Amino acid sequence: MGDKSMSLEDFAGAVESGMTIGIGGWGSRRKPMALVRQLLRTGVRDLTVVTFGGPDVGLLCAAGRVRKLVYGFVSLDSIALDPHFRAVREQGAVETAEYDEGMFVTGLRAAASRLSFLPTRAGLGSDVLTMNPDLVTIASPYADEEYVAMRALRLDIALVHVNRADRTGNAQYLGPDPYFDDLFAMAADRCYVSTERIVEPQDLLTAGPAQSLLISRLFVNGVIETPRGAHFTSCDPDYGRDEAFQAHYASAARDTDSWRLFRKTFLDGDEQAYHEAVAEFHANREGQEKSR
Amino acid sequence: MTEITRAEVCAVACADVWRDAGEVLAHTAGVLPSVGARLARLTTSPDLVLTDGEAYFMSDPPPLGRTAADGGVVEGWVPYRRVFDIVASGRRQSMMGASQIDRYGNQNISLIGDWRRPTRQLIGVRGAPGNTANHRTDYWVARHTPKVFVEKVDVVCGVGNDRARGVKGLRFHHLGVVITNLAVLDYGDDGRLRVRSLHPGVTPQEVHTNTGFALDATGAPETRLPDETELRLLREVVDPLGLREREVSGGARP
Repeated sequence: MGDKSMSLEDFAGAVESGMTIGIGGWGSRRKPMALVRQLLRTGVRDLTVVTFGGPDVGLLCAAGRVRKLVYGFVSLDSIALDPHFRAVREQGAVETAEYDEGMFVTGLRAAASRLSFLPTRAGLGSDVLTMNPDLVTIASPYADEEYVAMRALRLDIALVHVNRADRTGNAQYLGPDPYFDDLFAMAADRCYVSTERIVEPQDLLTAGPAQSLLISRLFVNGVIETPRGAHFTSCDPDYGRDEAFQAHYASAARDTDSWRLFRKTFLDGDEQAYHEAVAEFHANREGQEKSR
Repeated sequence: MTEITRAEVCAVACADVWRDAGEVLAHTAGVLPSVGARLARLTTSPDLVLTDGEAYFMSDPPPLGRTAADGGVVEGWVPYRRVFDIVASGRRQSMMGASQIDRYGNQNISLIGDWRRPTRQLIGVRGAPGNTANHRTDYWVARHTPKVFVEKVDVVCGVGNDRARGVKGLRFHHLGVVITNLAVLDYGDDGRLRVRSLHPGVTPQEVHTNTGFALDATGAPETRLPDETELRLLREVVDPLGLREREVSGGARP
């Protein structure tokens, strides 16, 4: 069994401009943020990003790396909208394909099964069809019904973050919800898994039941160990969402000067520098609380 | 018993939405719809299935606005993937919000303006198209204004009665009621909204003025008041912190 572990730098080398990348997680939950931050450190651009979006979308849009956004929604959960997402939408700065959440899942399922489409009722009669003029309906061959022929959302690359993985690419989630990470992996030509910790295969089942082994190495091309790699999104039970930092991110994103400062403070260095800056952010905050 | 509030009138109106729902998953967005579903579960609709809003079905729900992590009794596991399967199965009923809604019940939560470059991006279509295609959907509007009740919505997310008519594949389309801080609305045979009842203290003129299309409330009866059991459950069990009063303020009568 091959050792697929790799560095963040090697991972970034596998992503090329113009690719379609799927990003796992959901809103501001278990997002492969370390992988996204690493993409920001490269020159990769013109990406088509396919996701149930959160700050992954915000960061990539703010850095001007996105040509097209394909999404079921973009939200920070505890904050309804990512301000960068709102800004690119209101400026008309990126091409978009917005789908009903269920349609989006149907598109991933089609891609994972190597089909060009799958039928669904979701979207019929709605303006999702207006906003995606390439979508058509299809008559049932068996009943007097028509359905939306949801296009497969095929991906060049999928990025997901999990709680544990082994070196060969068996990936485990320990939180309440797998989201759609396995579908993202199967819908992609190549999948890169970042993980809180790389463990030996025999240790996976000490952390959780066999049912928590979400993604098989069949579908994984690279494993990157990134402790706190979902920060500032949640990665239960290892850590919850960093609400204070997310609020800081959202507030900085509302204004050009404060965003410049945020970028310089948190994003211009490497991954270790990011986590050091976050630790400093919290230390300063606690200091301010005490002096109050 | 202290005076009944407008929010409490809205809460029982929201609860009545679930009266004949049977054994379905209750999906709610907003405080009053959540309060209503929980009240219904404790009164008229004991078979309703409630979630914690995250990944669990709860036979004994956690405090309002909290998740299974804060307590309650888990009776099922429903990660998001299963939610979409349940939507497609039809064993679900939904009460959602609306940023805009027109006379046929077309609902918009996505954005304001042109979808290519909106003047204001909202939360997106989310699951509204799939909900209205698959099972009964009702709407809750906390502030009944002409900005919400419009001639034409900017993006049709939840599908209205005019759009659904004649679409093969929308045989499960079913719009129930629209409950606002002023009134309970339902749909006539022509698919258009009409006033079923006015909340105590609301005049027909008030509804007329606050609706961006013609809506005649003349002669509409009063929305029913909560009974003593409902009031006790609301105040002591379902919403002891009074979150309902933050969404809708004021007494039942002026």
